[in-house]
Order: sequence, then structure tokens, then C-alpha cells
Amino acid sequence: MAFTTAARTGGPVPAPAPPSSRLPRSRTPYLLLLPGLVWLGLFFAVPVATLFSTSLQTRVPGGEIGEYTQTFRFANYLDTIGEYHVQFVRSFLYAGLATVLALLIAYPLAYYIAQRAGRWRNILLVLVVAPFYASFILRTIAWRQILGEEGPIVPVLRFLHLIPAGATVTASAVAVVAGLTYNFLPFMTLPLYASLERIDPRFIEAGGDLYANPFTTFRRVTLPLSMPGVVAGTLLTFIPAAGDYINATLLGRQPKTTMIGNVVESRFLRVVDYPTAATLSFLLMAAILVLVFGYVRRAGTEELV
Amino acid sequence: MTRRQRPISPEAAAVVRAQRMLSRRSVLGAAGALGAGAFLGGCGTGGAGDDDKPEPAKDRSETERIVNWVNWPLYLDYDEKNKTYPTLEKFQQQTGIKATYTEDIEDNDAYYGKVSGQLKNGQDIGKDVIVFTDWMVARCMRQGYLQQLDKKNIANAKNMLDPLQKVTYDPGRQFSMTWQSGYAGLAWNKKAIADLGLQIRNVDDLWHPKLKGLVSVLAEMRDSLGLILMSQNVNISEKFGSAEFDRALDVIKTNLDSGQIRRVVGNSYMEDFTAGDVIACFAWSGDIFMANGEAGRDLYGFTLPESGAPLWSDNMVVPIGSPHKKNAEILMNYYYDPVVAAEAAAYINYICPVKGAKEEMLKIDPSLAESPLIFPTDEDLKKVQVFRATDAQEEEEFSSKFQKVLGN
Repeated sequence: MAFTTAARTGGPVPAPAPPSSRLPRSRTPYLLLLPGLVWLGLFFAVPVATLFSTSLQTRVPGGEIGEYTQTFRFANYLDTIGEYHVQFVRSFLYAGLATVLALLIAYPLAYYIAQRAGRWRNILLVLVVAPFYASFILRTIAWRQILGEEGPIVPVLRFLHLIPAGATVTASAVAVVAGLTYNFLPFMTLPLYASLERIDPRFIEAGGDLYANPFTTFRRVTLPLSMPGVVAGTLLTFIPAAGDYINATLLGRQPKTTMIGNVVESRFLRVVDYPTAATLSFLLMAAILVLVFGYVRRAGTEELV
Repeated sequence: MTRRQRPISPEAAAVVRAQRMLSRRSVLGAAGALGAGAFLGGCGTGGAGDDDKPEPAKDRSETERIVNWVNWPLYLDYDEKNKTYPTLEKFQQQTGIKATYTEDIEDNDAYYGKVSGQLKNGQDIGKDVIVFTDWMVARCMRQGYLQQLDKKNIANAKNMLDPLQKVTYDPGRQFSMTWQSGYAGLAWNKKAIADLGLQIRNVDDLWHPKLKGLVSVLAEMRDSLGLILMSQNVNISEKFGSAEFDRALDVIKTNLDSGQIRRVVGNSYMEDFTAGDVIACFAWSGDIFMANGEAGRDLYGFTLPESGAPLWSDNMVVPIGSPHKKNAEILMNYYYDPVVAAEAAAYINYICPVKGAKEEMLKIDPSLAESPLIFPTDEDLKKVQVFRATDAQEEEEFSSKFQKVLGN
């Protein structure tokens, strides 16, 4: 709006444009923003406000299942943290581990596809995206079969004495982190690919010309230039992984691998405890926001956009 | 039973089976309801002293000859070749009522989460018959979300098995008609258990040290707790309190924390069981029957523990906003005809709630007429009890405590 008023009160008009066409033009950016703002308002602001309002409600004494009343009880947040901090810490730990693992796997992969794959590049890219053609849940279930007692992995591990005779691979924290890593790997690979692909090979050649060994070239040239991809990839992996509950449900073992998404699901659907579910969701959002903010400030986002 | 085409490889079969098991309850449904319900959850909660219950919708059955029925997957006779439900086809021909059948219910909680906001406001959810398990019917009745049935339109209601007519939450069946029933019992992998030199007879046999990490129990709280409560000599159809409940829950907690129980799992429990990750579990009768049928061999055993077992039912109810109650009643009446009931039961493999269906089954498939899992023996019926109705406070207390034990 400041823009419009400034233009209107500009005093003597140096530009010869007629005033009738000037006004609509200055409104154009807002009109262009309108669909996005309406979308955000309807599907983000309103639900978040409702969620926040629900998180402050309490049970009606003697009321029915799912009957809550607004009492602005901010102590709900303290109760929830006291009750579920273990699951919070666990969720961030698992998501963090999965993010680091995905980065370690995806970086060489993306590097190869972007810089070395040549004519195979498109095929390899399709292969990275191909898992999306099958349902997320179905793929996770398939992992259960693969890691299960009658799958191909366990007998091999047993034969090599890598796991004790009675132990299994599914229903463990290892399986949950592995599942998260697997499921979010494409979200890490694609942004990395996009930023590695943009690197001008001449920069890397220049590194060699300046007598840097390949490792130094990587550390001083390639890695810094690919940082936008690293930041985008880690965010796209970490944020959904922290809130995921499918992997913990299918590959985990209650109560030891329960993540915060499982608690939200259980409180919301099983116990019909809307306030606690809302409180948990809000806390998760806030915690992720703080973590992401700190991370982005450290890592920088200048080239992210 | 040759209900489905056999997939090509055991691995493919496992994945297909897993998806089917899973799609019946749990994850998919839960995910959908979380999305849809998140918004409703905010505006659907009521204020204090909100006593006015929704009004039933005006019936338009005479002019609108349709009925929309929502059920669980694999819960009605299906003809693979023609892609039709034979008994439902005949219903449409006989009555001229057009029936729309969907398999959208994968989980009581998830479906309730999806529709309760609309039911609370008395809105039409587009369904005229819903199939809910006992305790969910009880909850919906308490909340006034169901329409009272007019038994004049359901003359065949007299065919309902006697024990089912007397359920505590709906005495005389004013609001619900049983669709199918089943037992929660003990199942085991015959070879694996024999190799360990064990026998599964009672609930406590699952806690043998040799079975550490090889046992699963059901996420359906009333079935798992019901089995344990009965093993502790508690009558689950009569009043018991928090003390008894806590003692039974402690058995699950102890065995879960020690790693004896591998998982507490919903409809997908058969996946771990048939994959060999679990060799003894709490199970639903029909699933074991079906798994043996699919394997073509008698791989799995099933028994009701000597201390007794819970009998559960899924029941047809008419939601408050449905404008086709009379058509729904005509549908219920049709499925309580012993001939129709037998035809459906031959596919479904759970306990058929209709008297006289056994005689009709003899004409279809005499071997099925002898199956104690479809037509229960008196001996079995003596062992089973229906989990008692709870009020809202208890219901929340029980489910909250149970979820806490699972780490939620």
C-alpha cells in the first residue's frame, strides 16, 4: 500500500503516463499475490489458528468422548512436554540420523549423476524418482518383507555371525532409521543434483590448474557451490522425517521406537484427545521452526531461492 | 477358499497380502482421517453442557429408492469374474432398491474420526448403513449419532442368535443389527511351536522364555485385554473396575518392556505371523482359517484359551443424517434371511449371526456348515464373553492407559 500512496502523493508528475493506468499497475503485484494469499489463508492460517485454539481446550467434566471446551489452559503445553519429551527427543534424533545418512548416500550419487553419468544421466534420474510410482506405505511394507525372518537379509547376517541367533532386524530402532533414510532419499538427491549440475566444470578444472589436489578442489570448490542443494536437501528430509509415523509404525517396536507422529495419531484417533494432539502438533511445528531457523542462519540461504 | 487369484511368487504374495491386511484397518485409513479430521477436530468439539443431540433426518426412502452401505474390506461375498457382489445384486433385483457398496472402513477410530464432526451436527454423511464394532456402536448410541430401527421393517430380526440379542450396550437391538461376529483367541505356527517343544493352550503360554520376541498381541484393546482379563478370572461382560483393568494391562506392559511381545499390532498382525517373525499371537478366528486356506496347508493352529475368549461383533447401524433409513432396514432384513446369510457367510468366514443359516449352508457347502468358526459349537459359546459396555469416562481412561503402554 505504501507503494501506491507514495506514487499518488508524488506531487508534480514527471512521467507522462496517464493516472488511470498507473493505479492498476501498482495493484498488479497484490493481485498476483492474491491466489497464493487466499490459499495460505484458507489452508494454513485458519487451520493453524483452529489448531492453536484446540490446544488450549480442556475436557468437559462428565462429558462425552471428544467433548472439549475452551478454557485457555496454557498449562496443556507444560503437561504435554512433561509427558512426551522422550518421544520428541527420539523423533529429532531419528530424523537427524536419517538426514545425515541420506546426505552421505545421496551426495556421491547426485555427484555422479550430475558430473559423470553422461548419457545415462536421464535414466539414472528416472531411477531415483521411480520409487514414487509405488505407494510410500507399500514400499515400507516391502522393506518389512525384505528385512523379515524369511527375507534374504537375515539368513545372510546370521550366517556371517553379524547378528546373534535370536535377534531380528525388523521391529528395531535400526529398522526405523533405515526406513526413514530410504523413504526420504529422493528428497535429498534431487536438490543436490540440481545444485551440482549447475556447477560449471571449468571451476573444477581451475582448481586443478591452481595445483589443488582433487580433495582440496572438492572441499574448496565443489562443496561450497553445492551448499544450496545440501541445505534444501537436509530440510526436505529432516522436516517430514521428524513428523513421520509410518516408518515407526511398520518397522518399529513399541514403546521403544515410538515417534511423535505416532503419539499425535494415537491421541487424535484412538483416545480422541484433541487438545493433546493439537498441543503436540504445535510443539512439533515450533521445535522444527526453531531448529530450521538456526540451521538456515548458520548455513545461509542466499542461493536457496 | 479360492477367493483371490494366487500371485506369482511368495514375495509378491507377501506384499499383496500385507497391503490387503494393512488396508483393512490401521495406517491408510488413519492417514486419511488425520488429514480430513485435523480440520474438523478444531471446529467439531462441543462446548460445556452441550446436551442437545442431533435430530434424525426425514426419511425419503419411498421416493429415493437407494441405499448406501459402507463396510470393511473383504466383508461381503464377491464374484471375481463379474466384479459383482452376488447377494447384493439379488437384493437390488428383489427390492428395486439401488445399493451402493463401498469398503471405506479400515479402522473404527479412523472412520469415526472422519465422520463424527458431521454426525454431531446431524448432517447426512452420504451413507445409510455403517458397520461398526460393538464398542463404537455403544459410543455412537451414547452420543445420539444413530437412528432407532423400526423392527416392523426387519421381520427377520427374530433370526438373530440369542446371545447377540442380549448385548449390554443395545438390549433388544433397538439401534443395531449384527453383521458378523468372531472370536479373539490364540494362534500359533504349528511347526515352529512344535520345534521348540511347546504347546499353546492358555494366554500364559505366550510368555514362555523361549518365545521371547516372537509374540504379538492385538492393538484392538478390548480383544487383547479381554483375553488377559479372562485368564485372570475376570468376567469381562460384567462390571469390573480400574484395578482389574490395570492388573491386566500390566501383563502387556511387562511383556512389552521385556521384549517378550514383539509388537502390539492392528489388522496387519497376520503379516508378521505369516512371515515367521511372530510364531504365537492373539488373533481373530477368521484370519487363521483364511491363512490356512491360502497356504493350502494346515500351517497355523487356533484355539480359544481354556480360560475363555472375547466374542466381538461388527454391527450395521443407520447414521443420524441418513434420509434412507427404511431402505437400510429393508437391506438388514434381507441379510437376516437364512438363505442369503448362508451365501454371504460362505465367503466371509466369520461367525454368521443368523439362525437357520447352518441348514442352508449344508446345501451350499457341507464342509463349511461343519466349521466351528462360522457356526459356533455350544462348547465354544460357553467359553466366550462379550466385553461390557463402558461409559465415556471409562472409555477414555482405558484407551488412554492402553496407548500409554504402547509409548503413546
